Amino acid sequence: MHTAAVVLAESKGNLLIPSIPDLLWGTVSFVVILALFIWRVLPRLNALLDERSRAIAGRIDEAKHAREEAERVLQRYQEQLAEARVEAGRIREQAREDGKRILVELREQAQAEADRVTAQAHQQIEAERQSALVSLRSEVGRLALDLASGVIGEHLADDKNATALVDRFLADLDLDRTGEQDTTRTR
Amino acid sequence: MPVAAASGFEPPTIADFFPDVVLFAGTPFAMNRVMLIRVLVIVLLAIWLWFGTRSLKLVPGRGQVMTEFLLNFVRNNIAIETLGEEDGRRWMPVIMTMFFLTLGMNLTGVVPGLQIAGTAVIGLPLVLAIIAWVLFIYAGFRKLGWTYLKNALFLPGVPWPLYFLLTPLELLSTFIVRPITLTMRLLMNMVSGHLLLALVYAASSFFLFTLLPQGNLFGLIGVGTVAFGIVYLAFELFVAALQAYVFAFLTAIYIQLAVAEEH
Repeated sequence: MHTAAVVLAESKGNLLIPSIPDLLWGTVSFVVILALFIWRVLPRLNALLDERSRAIAGRIDEAKHAREEAERVLQRYQEQLAEARVEAGRIREQAREDGKRILVELREQAQAEADRVTAQAHQQIEAERQSALVSLRSEVGRLALDLASGVIGEHLADDKNATALVDRFLADLDLDRTGEQDTTRTR
Repeated sequence: MPVAAASGFEPPTIADFFPDVVLFAGTPFAMNRVMLIRVLVIVLLAIWLWFGTRSLKLVPGRGQVMTEFLLNFVRNNIAIETLGEEDGRRWMPVIMTMFFLTLGMNLTGVVPGLQIAGTAVIGLPLVLAIIAWVLFIYAGFRKLGWTYLKNALFLPGVPWPLYFLLTPLELLSTFIVRPITLTMRLLMNMVSGHLLLALVYAASSFFLFTLLPQGNLFGLIGVGTVAFGIVYLAFELFVAALQAYVFAFLTAIYIQLAVAEEH
């Protein structure tokens, strides 16, 4: 069996002393891989990373636009809603006023109608009263004369004096009554 | 090694790192097994980098997620995080190359059939370390001119007599020790990884296929060595990735220290 010292002495090289082929192949290895990185790998990688950050930035922009659009739509909707509320309130107010006005008109009309009917009734009553008064007056005159004729046994109906007396009496009576009537009316 | 073959136990030797030349013998490009492994790694790396990045989509598929994860890890966590956006982009190609070349070469140390890292021979680690060394000095001069040397050698805020002591130390640590440690850290990790892994495999083979068939119950130790081998394989995978990270990260750090306005 070899000892380490023998092995070292017999070996074809020293671990710490590079041979020319060793150095050359080492250099070739480095140059080949370095060239590959400079020529292809890093440009590709950088292009990818740039593209990716652009894509992310684009997507963020897109999202921002979408949010702004949504906010704009929401604001417009709210404005429209507020307008509609105001409009509805205005219409309601109008309707209320219209209703009030119509009610007042109707009431006035009804009042006028009632007044008219009342006035008419008053007129009619007055006319009937007048006619009743007139007929009553002639009737009462005639009755009085008949009564007086009966009492004095003479026919007074043709006597002008008697008729005039009765009329005067009745006129006085009438005067008294109208006076009473006036006082009751003013009361 | 006739003696070792007869006993059935072939421990790994330093000779593993200097196999026979198989191609272009006698030329500066003479190829042995390790050089062939390096070429294989370059071809595989190139295929992955070429086809992996050929049609990158905004919305990645599974393969692209994997590729992007690795590329972006080096891009963001090593280059840009250390150097900032602008300098990070400038030195990105070199740092990326450092990482993926080192990673690919380290990984062949655990691939069955290859079993030796492309970085387990001093040439590649040395070349990478010299490139890192040249780059950080260049970066310093490019940014600061001769002020860079002044900054690097004469620490500001120190009484001037101390410069007799500090300046040689700074010169040594910045311009001499850095490339040596870069080379040695990577090289020795891969060398020791290979030796230990090969030793475990040789031992397992010896215990299970030489001792056990002879009826020797010590052969059962082989079960333990196989288990240890599996664990150590996983550890070597981790070391391969870690050393690639360390190498690329230190390169970035050295450049960053050189271009920094103040220490």
